[in-house]
Amino acid sequence: MQPLVKDAENPTAEPKPSAEVTPAAPPPARKGVPRLSAERLQGLAMALVSLSVGIGLWHIATAINLDFYINFSNVPAPWKVFSAFFAHIQTEIFWTHIGVSMRRILISYSIAVVLGITIGLMMGRSRIARAFVMPYIEVIRPIPAVAWIPLAILMWPTEESSIIYITFLGALFPIVLNTLHGVEQTPEVLVRAVQSLGASRVAVFLHVVIPAALPSIAAGLAIGMGVSWFSLLAGEIISGQYGIGYFTWNAYSLINYQDIVVGMLVIGGLGTASTAAVKLATSPMLKWQKRAR
Amino acid sequence: MLDVLKFKKPDTALANDADKGRIRISDVSIRFGQGASAHQAVESTSIDIEAGEFVCILGPSGCGKSTLLNAIAGYTKPTTGQVTVDDVKVTGPGPDRGMVFQQYSLLPWKTVYENVAFGPKMAGASRTSAGSVANTFLGLVGLKKFGNRYPAELSGGMQQRVGIARALANYPSVLLMDEPFGALDAQTRLMMQESLLDIWRKFGTTVVFITHDVDEAVFLADRVLIMSAAPGRIIEDVRVELPRPRSPEMASTPKYLEARQFCLDTIRAESRKAFAAQNA
Repeated sequence: MQPLVKDAENPTAEPKPSAEVTPAAPPPARKGVPRLSAERLQGLAMALVSLSVGIGLWHIATAINLDFYINFSNVPAPWKVFSAFFAHIQTEIFWTHIGVSMRRILISYSIAVVLGITIGLMMGRSRIARAFVMPYIEVIRPIPAVAWIPLAILMWPTEESSIIYITFLGALFPIVLNTLHGVEQTPEVLVRAVQSLGASRVAVFLHVVIPAALPSIAAGLAIGMGVSWFSLLAGEIISGQYGIGYFTWNAYSLINYQDIVVGMLVIGGLGTASTAAVKLATSPMLKWQKRAR
Repeated sequence: MLDVLKFKKPDTALANDADKGRIRISDVSIRFGQGASAHQAVESTSIDIEAGEFVCILGPSGCGKSTLLNAIAGYTKPTTGQVTVDDVKVTGPGPDRGMVFQQYSLLPWKTVYENVAFGPKMAGASRTSAGSVANTFLGLVGLKKFGNRYPAELSGGMQQRVGIARALANYPSVLLMDEPFGALDAQTRLMMQESLLDIWRKFGTTVVFITHDVDEAVFLADRVLIMSAAPGRIIEDVRVELPRPRSPEMASTPKYLEARQFCLDTIRAESRKAFAAQNA
């Protein structure tokens, strides 16, 4: 139930691939059991009311077969979707779909994190590296994941590797650009300060440049995770035999409409959960920022 | 108010080598840019600063006093001439010359304690010995209790005290201060000046202190070097004959007022000249 609720909250799902740097979001979770303050309870209650209203309207629209410009006659009712969901979570194949998608994300995203941060740091510290790499970023970044599919299938030996490639590419650019941006923001006075304390070039990098870039890198990692789901789904819809994107598209081909919505909600839930996981993983490194406020 | 005064450790744990920290600025000029856009920041300047002296460089904004300080620190390479500290030529920044900046320059991602221990660690000290040095100097500036805070959780004055502790933790022979109290409010500023003199008395390092505030310069310094604007050069070398330790009450003594008036007159005459030159 939990992923469903979370998803309905944010139906527009994934952030667009973008060079824009979002400020590092507040930490999503605390250690231990979160205390339910009155404020929190109120927020939770309001979210529940809001979702109930949305589901209620959805139910009414399907019950009366609303056909006013948008057509609800083929949209499954909420209860149908939920019962389909509960039926699916008891089958093994459904978990295989989810597992395959998660594995693809894990592989592509890990490669993107390592390469993206490395490239970003290099570009930030070396004018030559920057001049060399920037044109590729400018040219390749605006190409949407879907547009890569035909070439990726032709280029890569297996379908699996082409899907991973497309997913990787989606995550890569936000990570590179945010890392670069973060490095560029290193305050010069801090570099000078540690130089006068005897810091070597390596020490300046480790103790000033990287920590100064961390908030921006963390934001890039969160955006990159969102975009990698976005790209994965594109890859899975067109090629592949497993994966939650395939499941969703296949449901459409089989005229199994409630499964389309099940797939969508699961995608949204997984995307939200993995972005939250990234934020949770990066928050210990940003402890100093939190306490500053 | 100032915990500094309650500092219990024997001064020998702190006191710097009395013979160290002699600064010789020989024929230093600094020019930025090339060709038509070239800008002479400092005109041929020679100064000797004795070990353990407290020297203020006083001048209007943009007169090149920070540039001169940066040459001592090693951030800026002189166009001509050289700077030596204890007969060693300055070629770059180093831990023998501690630096305190006007802007807050503590590493925001390190705690106060880690910031102060940073220098000793860079010098290869073990974790424990770097830690005990950090504690000693945090005690010296009266902030031992705040070791586990992050810089942003401290007030501006406290942050600058940590900055001083951090610079001193390397036992520098010279402490370079670039308008360190410029961003503080008037009350805090006065407290910080007293606190600095107290630290200096215990630690006994050479101090070169940049300021545009005449009162600050006269209250703190043994010598006030007055700098003219564009191109910067030292036009007066004023000795302040006030006894030490100094207290704010001295601001009404004739000696203080005399030194203060002389500095103000010099600066005014210089500004008038500069103004006339601009309108010529």
